[in-house]
Amino acid sequence: MGNTIMTTYRAAALAAFATALSASAAFAQTELTVYTSIEAVDLDRYKQTFEAANPDIKVNWVRDSTGVMTAKLLAEKDNPQADVVWGVAATSLLLLKSEGMLEPYAPAGVEKLDPKFVDSSTPPSWVGMDAYVAALCYNTIEAEKLGLTPPKSWKDLTKPEYKGHVVMPNPNSSGTGFLDVSAWIQMFGEDDAWAFMDGLHENIAAYTHSGSKPCKMAAAGETVIGVSFEFPGANAKKAGAPIDIIFPEEGSGWEAEATAIIAGTANLEAAQKLVDWSITKEANEMYNVGYAVVAYPGIAKPVEHLPEDIPSKMIENDFEWAANNRKAILAEWQKRYDAKSEPKG
Amino acid sequence: MTAATLEIPRGRALRTRVSGDDLVKRGLMVVISLYLLVALAAPLYVLLSKSVSTYEFDLTAFELQRSDESATTWSEPKTVATLNEEVGSVITPDQLNTGSDGRLSLTDLYPDFSFRSPVMYRIRGTSDDAAYLVGSELHRGTEWLELDSNTFRRVVIRPSASLGLDNFVAYFSTPALAQSIANSVLMGVISTVLVISIAFGLAYALNRSCMPLKGFFRLVTTIPILVPSLLPGIALVYLFGNQGLLKGLMMGHSIYGPIGIVIGSVFFTLPHALLIISTALSVADQRHYEAAQSLRSSPWRTFWTVTVPGARYGIISAAFVVFTLVITDFGLPKVIGGQYNVLAVDIYKQVIGQQNFEMGAVVAVLLLVPAVAAFFVDSAIRKRQVALLSARSVPYQPKPDRGFDTACFVYCSAVALFILMMIGVCQFAATVKFWPYDLTPSLNNFRFDLMDGGGWGAYYNSIVMALLTAVFGTIIVFVGAYMVEKTDGFAAGRTLFQFLAMLPMAVPGMVLGLSFIFFFNDPANPFNAIYGTMAILVVSTVTHFYTVSHLTALTALNQMDREFEPVAASLKQPFHRLFFRVTVPVSLPAILDISIYLFVNAMTTVSAVVFLYSTQTQLASVAVLNMDDAGDIAPAAAMGMMIFYTNVAARLLHGIVSRLLLKRSQAWRQR
Repeated sequence: MGNTIMTTYRAAALAAFATALSASAAFAQTELTVYTSIEAVDLDRYKQTFEAANPDIKVNWVRDSTGVMTAKLLAEKDNPQADVVWGVAATSLLLLKSEGMLEPYAPAGVEKLDPKFVDSSTPPSWVGMDAYVAALCYNTIEAEKLGLTPPKSWKDLTKPEYKGHVVMPNPNSSGTGFLDVSAWIQMFGEDDAWAFMDGLHENIAAYTHSGSKPCKMAAAGETVIGVSFEFPGANAKKAGAPIDIIFPEEGSGWEAEATAIIAGTANLEAAQKLVDWSITKEANEMYNVGYAVVAYPGIAKPVEHLPEDIPSKMIENDFEWAANNRKAILAEWQKRYDAKSEPKG
Repeated sequence: MTAATLEIPRGRALRTRVSGDDLVKRGLMVVISLYLLVALAAPLYVLLSKSVSTYEFDLTAFELQRSDESATTWSEPKTVATLNEEVGSVITPDQLNTGSDGRLSLTDLYPDFSFRSPVMYRIRGTSDDAAYLVGSELHRGTEWLELDSNTFRRVVIRPSASLGLDNFVAYFSTPALAQSIANSVLMGVISTVLVISIAFGLAYALNRSCMPLKGFFRLVTTIPILVPSLLPGIALVYLFGNQGLLKGLMMGHSIYGPIGIVIGSVFFTLPHALLIISTALSVADQRHYEAAQSLRSSPWRTFWTVTVPGARYGIISAAFVVFTLVITDFGLPKVIGGQYNVLAVDIYKQVIGQQNFEMGAVVAVLLLVPAVAAFFVDSAIRKRQVALLSARSVPYQPKPDRGFDTACFVYCSAVALFILMMIGVCQFAATVKFWPYDLTPSLNNFRFDLMDGGGWGAYYNSIVMALLTAVFGTIIVFVGAYMVEKTDGFAAGRTLFQFLAMLPMAVPGMVLGLSFIFFFNDPANPFNAIYGTMAILVVSTVTHFYTVSHLTALTALNQMDREFEPVAASLKQPFHRLFFRVTVPVSLPAILDISIYLFVNAMTTVSAVVFLYSTQTQLASVAVLNMDDAGDIAPAAAMGMMIFYTNVAARLLHGIVSRLLLKRSQAWRQR
């Protein structure tokens, strides 16, 4: 009897050992070079969750801000180094798509996603993960010192009381800045939007190069109002910053973070597996830890310090219109506001 | 007598003999020239060709057809150009010039266009290259594509590439961009004048006085070189920003703008200027001063007729170095420049913000102008430079002078205080919990793995990269400088080499990095394999910091009389024996300075490598940039301080090694 148990154990141990051996032999790991702009905090978590579900694929991140990443991808146009982009702005991916750099692919289960998170072509060139939504970060301590009242809408930002207390990202160097400008034009119409920006410009203390910086500047009291998006606001609040996150009542522009396969990849099969996995419910739950809005409908749980009804504040964003008019909008913006060479006090 | 008897037999034609030594020297010079060609000239050429590659819509490259409302009968195919003429040029010639990302809609060609109409459209290119988008879908070639009206609305044509100066015209006709030139020059001039005055005072006090604590001041004044140029920007935010400790001193002016750029520039260029001027002042001939004294010349007159002329070459070199450093640095104006546009940040905006590589290249060409000027001025002055240290020289030894030494001490203390304050505030901000609302001590800002930029791995990569750069860079630079300085004849080759060696100073790191991508990422390039490796980071860093190292080596070599070579030759000593037994030991201080200069700059450089790092080779300095960019200023300050600690350690090690070596090899300087 005892002998039998021993034998069973031994057999089980041997079997486990054999499995482990064959596993390591069979899964000659495919390494994927994945370009991304997701927050650094999330890198390891995403990688580990994905690799746990796909032990035969290893993710090698190359991370940089959206602008740098886009420039890098475009510069490498004729000799792409990336296999997949996972977590880069959809507007940037549209730019790559129009250069013929993306491999169209309909991942398994793509029909379950909210259609505004999926490229309009069939098969789609990119699929979305989550969204970041424009919001204001408002430093309550500094505002109190100056006797300011919190703004409720975008148009409020042109009030004279905020003169020199608003910081926003420069659309010419920040994707978030461009999404703000393109959303204003889509919401207010061309003429009203430029009139609004003329007024806003009078109150701007600085245009930053990154989209999260205005919020972090507001958090540190360097400015009172940072035109930014919700994610850094929630993080700063968690770290103890005295800020309120305000969603203007007219609605907010937003940008999808998305996934795409780079055309010409030598690891197409593994790349497709990654894209398949990137739109699963499990993956979307993983995105939901930081992002209040995700592509998979009905699963998002509220994120600490953020309201639950963010999706209702998102405007109908026409990515294609934005990509095709980007050059003209940026040129107009630069002509109007970038010529100011003197710093504002 | 006949004429023939008077003739003396012709001797052999006279020709300077090129000895074996000379051949070896020239060979080495060619090897290092080739390095500079591959690592600098060729990538730059590729990038410059970008600046003249323009994009315009070629209306003859597309043909259109339109059906009637029943979608059965089709009009004759016509090119867009013909259609445009027929409707009175609704597409104006102005619209045809565009950038690489240009798009042009075609619906204006049909005045009665309606997206609801049942009319169908066909479009095709007249050549295989003609590209157009339907929405964001790329189409190419001569196949007809049939579209309904609503889809035709979404058609935009893409420009084709050609050559021309249109980018430059566009640049100068954009007021915001053209203003940057004036701003950059103004910042450069003000900062240069300030830095050279301050650095000369420091160098003079350090070399010509007997004040106490010289070693301490030497250490403190090298601090700025030990940190990325972004760090003074961050420090100024903490000192004079809206929540700054000393905000009152600004008297209502904003630190974001020219004031911040000038203060920060003075801070970060000071060691560069000091290194060059100090090298020039460190060697002086005691006999000149003795002569001045015996002629009863006043100290003031002696200063202007002996000291300044002796250091003239160093001062002018330093001025150009500082000027180009200021106008090509993009880290500092990016952090502290506010809305004050300068050229280097324009490149950043064009390339990073708009992916407009052509316009970035245009700005790069403009930044090359001061360097070319520097080269010509430099070579003009070099011709008039006299070796101060001849074989008969008596090294200068300062004598104590109480009043003068005290003045020097006070002056150096003031500069040291300014430097220490900048570093101190970063140290403070890095180690508190949440500036300015929660000042309890905390190491949270050092948890880099939770931030942008590659975490602690990036920090270790930086150390490896800096060591490789120091070792290989010093060898390449010093050998190159020796060959160009001590080779006879071969004038054309030496001038070319000199030009190549001066060029890196003028090439903003960002431009160098971009040009490296274009050059090395080309699959047809035999050096393609180094792309994405540590090697390309080392090559770009050595190249980026070549000029100052080269000038330092030259200044040291310049001060050695050219008689050494002929003497060695007449004693039938091969040049390599002279090189290793005399030149290297005499120049040892300069060689050590070059290696530490390369090490610390490799630790701090941002712009050259920001485009070149890969997954395995992220760097600490880039992490500072990325963290600041994301608004994580305190962690950026913390990573900046890590770079600082590392460089301090390296500097101390350098100090110890120098002292030991100098004791052995520099005893001849003392009397």
